[in-house]
Amino acid sequence: MIPDDLDTIVGRLAERFSAQRGALLPLLHAIQEEVGWVPDAATPLGARALNLSRAEVHGVVTFYHDFRREPAGRHVVKLCLAEACKARGVGAIEAALADRLGVGIDKTRADGQVSFEAVYCLGLCATGPNALVDDRPVSRLDARKVDRIVAQVSA
Amino acid sequence: MTRAYISCDMASVALGADDIAEALTAAGCTVIRTGARGLFAIEPLVEIETTDGARIAYGPVEPEDVPAILDDTHPNRIGDLATLPFFAKQQRFTFARCGITDPLSMADYTAHDGWKGLAAARALPPQAVVDAVKASGLRGRGGAGFPTGIKWQTVLDAASPEKFIVCNADEGDSGTFADRMLMEGDPYCLLEGMAIAGHAVGASHGYIYVRSEYPFAIRALNAAIERAGPILAPFTVEVRVGAGAYVCGEETALLESIEGKRGQVRAKPPLPAIQGLFGQPTVINNVLSLAAIPFILAEGPERYAEVGFSRSRGTMPVQLAGNVKNGGLFEIGFGITLGELVNDIGGGTESGRPVRAVQVGGPLGAYFPPSMFDLAFDYEAFAAAGGLIGHAGITVFDDTVDMAAMARFAMEFCAVESCGKCTPCRIGSTRGVETLDRIIGDRIKGAAQREQALEAMPQMRNAKVKHRSVDEEIGVLRDLCETMKFGSLCALGGFTPYPVLSALDHFPEDFGGARALPQAAE
Ligand SMILES: Cc1cc2nc3c(=O)[nH]c(=O)nc-3n(C[C@H](O)[C@H](O)[C@H](O)COP(=O)(O)O)c2cc1C
Ligand code: SF4
Ligand code: FES
Repeated sequence: MIPDDLDTIVGRLAERFSAQRGALLPLLHAIQEEVGWVPDAATPLGARALNLSRAEVHGVVTFYHDFRREPAGRHVVKLCLAEACKARGVGAIEAALADRLGVGIDKTRADGQVSFEAVYCLGLCATGPNALVDDRPVSRLDARKVDRIVAQVSA
Repeated sequence: MTRAYISCDMASVALGADDIAEALTAAGCTVIRTGARGLFAIEPLVEIETTDGARIAYGPVEPEDVPAILDDTHPNRIGDLATLPFFAKQQRFTFARCGITDPLSMADYTAHDGWKGLAAARALPPQAVVDAVKASGLRGRGGAGFPTGIKWQTVLDAASPEKFIVCNADEGDSGTFADRMLMEGDPYCLLEGMAIAGHAVGASHGYIYVRSEYPFAIRALNAAIERAGPILAPFTVEVRVGAGAYVCGEETALLESIEGKRGQVRAKPPLPAIQGLFGQPTVINNVLSLAAIPFILAEGPERYAEVGFSRSRGTMPVQLAGNVKNGGLFEIGFGITLGELVNDIGGGTESGRPVRAVQVGGPLGAYFPPSMFDLAFDYEAFAAAGGLIGHAGITVFDDTVDMAAMARFAMEFCAVESCGKCTPCRIGSTRGVETLDRIIGDRIKGAAQREQALEAMPQMRNAKVKHRSVDEEIGVLRDLCETMKFGSLCALGGFTPYPVLSALDHFPEDFGGARALPQAAE
């Protein structure tokens, strides 16, 4: 799962941000975009490229919720569990999705097909419950839309 | 060819706007994508331009409705949106263009009064610009309500060869989306405000720190920066993307994050205005604070200040969210009451059930019952009532809400998002969750069973011989809230007690304590 040429990838990406001050977050985002996650093996590589200590890089990778230290499923369903979506009944949607996808919140299904994750607010709070399905926003979730999401990520 | 307007805002797209835009194009229309108008109950919304340039609105619509829209027979015809009470009652200073113009069209922006504020500012010496901002009475829209002009003065007075303008676009509060709507629907307005700030304090570079949950806004800003570069010059702007940490909305944690570090809160002083980003004097303002600036410079500070209430001057883009019929963005002068916003403008709950509670100001804001709906929307009035306006999000709940569960969620959110710097927040929030779990567990299982629960055993909690009663647990929780309130370094730990204590105070019946109000007769 870890690309063989991880060091080349990190080196190339680090070059892109080398002129920026505070390049570590942009670099980690870029690694995650290209590789899909941030393997621990990228920590010393990133540290060397940006002239930081490993501890600094590790500290940052583990601080931010966005950076994945394990590969995600082939599809990712992010469901908003924050207050405004709770007020609009996301509880039932969460249960339905967990049941239909066969995986609980903040877990990846054993076959690697889908990750089901919580987010806290997508800024669509007037029309929840809301989700991001493979980065596509879906609002006013109901039974019909749950069906569609399940079909989409099962393909 | 018929010109059709439809929003490309993330919320509109999430409701299916792209499919409708496609159907309109297929039917031969010229489709213009705008920002969102702000009333999501009528989305997806299409506006068709008439021969005299007016726009006729239809919504909500589906892709198969296109023929009926085009021959003007659709039952959801609204007509002129400006006549809907939701829009007619607003005072749109900051959001004047949002939903009307093509967000990335420089021609549209210029034609709708864009760049006037920047031109006016550049004709003035920096001190005069700062004075105008002071005279407008503008206070920070990110939550704390600190006077923007005074902040700018501090940065202007700080001698340094390098200064920065940082825009806080982390908008982590649930129930808020005004920053997002503005960045997607009128990005040049924010850039103009930042360039004015740069001129006012002597900064030549700006950063916009946007949360990663806002991919549409990130795209719009990057495109806008590229196109507006020549007008903004010599001022330059760069977008930085957050990484899913709520605490990075706190200004010093945000600066740490831009610097490439863990988002840990810095102790103040030094103020960011004196030693901010990379140790340099830095203006850090919310999106809405900066986006209010072009109006103030173009129309004059008096125009802005003449609207408002007491020490809260100007307008606030209020966001109606959650279980509310007319959810969306409503920009209005301060002073309107909470009840007017929720019931008259918002139309009550979408579920049709009675409103039981509203949370104002995001996850750190207090819950209010309808009996407090005469509260005026004003920084001081809300503080006096044990709450805060915050970023002006109002989340409405109907009578099915379990307030003990909401109190637990507030503590849990704090525990997950704590930056870890100080103990009352880092440890206190976890203890808060456990205490609430015992209270809720009791309520569900009954006190008789609690003695069997491992976590309730006396030796697990340093209790003498017996487990605590629910009332004692509530006492522990209140005590913990006091410690968090007064012992936390920043408002994450310091304000999490607001939702918890307000839930306890106004909805005690949900916690099952002896002080609970008797159940209503029916
Ligand atoms: C935990 C926490 C989260 C915050 N989140 C935000 C935010 O998302 N956006 C924002 O503008 N201000 C946020 N603030 C307030 C900022 O610290 C700061 O007051 C604000 O950016 C100043 O800009 P203003 O004066 O224009 O409001 C947050 C504060 C705390 C303590
Ligand atoms: S209150 Fe919480 S988030 Fe704020 S500095 Fe302390 S530990 Fe960090
Ligand atoms: S609370 Fe779910 S999108 Fe804001």
